[in-house]
Amino acid sequence: MDNRVVITGLGVVSPNGIGLDQFLSAIKEGISGIKHQQNLSDLKFSCQIAGLPEVSDELAAQYFSPLELRNFNSSGILYGVIAGMDAWKDAGLPLNETHEPFWDYGMVFGAGTSGIDRFREAIYTIDELEIRRLGSTVVAQTMNSGVSAYLSGKIGLGNQISTNSSACCTGTESLLTAFERIKSGKATVVLAGATSDSGPYIWGGFDGMKVCTYKHNETPTKGSRPMSATASGFVPGSGAGAFVVESLTHAKARGAKIYAEILGGHANSGGQRGAGTMTAPNSTAVQRCISKALENAHVQANEIDAINGHLTATAMDALEISNWTMALNRKGSDFPYINALKGMTGHCLTASGSIECVASVLQIHHNFLFPNVNCEDLNPAITALIDAEKVPQKMKSIKINTLIKASFGFGDVNACIILKKYTS
Amino acid sequence: MSNEEIIHKLKPIITTYAPASAALENLNEESDFIKDLNINSANLVDIILDVEEAFGITIDNTSMEKMLTVKASIEVIKEKLSEK
Repeated sequence: MDNRVVITGLGVVSPNGIGLDQFLSAIKEGISGIKHQQNLSDLKFSCQIAGLPEVSDELAAQYFSPLELRNFNSSGILYGVIAGMDAWKDAGLPLNETHEPFWDYGMVFGAGTSGIDRFREAIYTIDELEIRRLGSTVVAQTMNSGVSAYLSGKIGLGNQISTNSSACCTGTESLLTAFERIKSGKATVVLAGATSDSGPYIWGGFDGMKVCTYKHNETPTKGSRPMSATASGFVPGSGAGAFVVESLTHAKARGAKIYAEILGGHANSGGQRGAGTMTAPNSTAVQRCISKALENAHVQANEIDAINGHLTATAMDALEISNWTMALNRKGSDFPYINALKGMTGHCLTASGSIECVASVLQIHHNFLFPNVNCEDLNPAITALIDAEKVPQKMKSIKINTLIKASFGFGDVNACIILKKYTS
Repeated sequence: MSNEEIIHKLKPIITTYAPASAALENLNEESDFIKDLNINSANLVDIILDVEEAFGITIDNTSMEKMLTVKASIEVIKEKLSEK
């Protein structure tokens, strides 16, 4: 018999809140974490606003030793370690003080790059013919699995430790992978999550593609406009979200608090065939990913109470809504509630799915829907498909039993997960 | 520079990389970086870079390989200082 799988710990480093308390109150109140970034402006970026979590040196010192912080310049590892350690603590699990690794506890923690600023420093050092002065810390900070390596060492994990990477699906995919490992009995606890580096060298590629908005440099909190008629491109962001995913049996045995149950999900690709390309989704694959997730979770489309969308604030938002209506076969007033976190955080790229899944779990646990911000002028192509009241503009107190979350990424990849309020 | 003076200058460098211990408190010529001071072997290269900076010397790869104890480090530092 497959294990039931639950979420027992959460951690988050988001542009609009670091730690669960700050993040929860920010998303309830619709507080934006998007600000003007002087360095982007100095570097002549088109988009000079971004969602950047502000981690103080004092906070960093609570998670890293002085030695670890020497020559440390990896924002992704910084965010990921804070979120991951917070989730572990929130779950009430111990740090391993023995010489025996926790054999049944593992990790799948995603990243798109690691320590891109540290990598840049190293490249300059090498090109200046100073390789002998590089020191010992470049590899650990710049290997993509750096975040998993730091976290597993701090906790003492002994099961599989891996870093997944699937563009903007990464965070949702990590949660799904953790679910599958526990369901199949390969681990009893998996720390899941994803992180994203900050700064011009990670965001520059998107600015170069002209997919970020350049219209809100003077009005940063209005810049990220998912589902709005005046959406003009995404606002880059960064951060990390983390989850302790655990077998129900293990969670009950230790009397753990249960935030939500993971019922199932699916990940797939459109193969960059049909309308799918490196950067555009194949709608057939998106719809299939959602349908397969429902099938895997044994959930009917009419049981879905709320959708947490990918919704980046580009021209693709209306297409995403269309895909949801087709996959669920629900539209107009029959469509579930839907919301988009990116209006407050920007698009946190690799970390987006994990930060948004943290928000989704909090909604289920605390019985509310966070408000959609910056879509007071809903895109008419969206209201042609679903009722405007399905896109709440104010925080809504409501019991959510079943929530579906999807993320879509470059390379034409999709991931979808279904979460449920836990009942014994 | 006397051995004592060199140890005095080495101690803060080593303290950065070594966990607190009695062996670190009583740092002496016989102290072995890995066995006695419990320093992560990956950090030996960082100690050498800090030593180069503190003493204004350059340590070649062959000399680096010898620097596993305080005593061996003193010998290398003295040799490099005399070459200046």
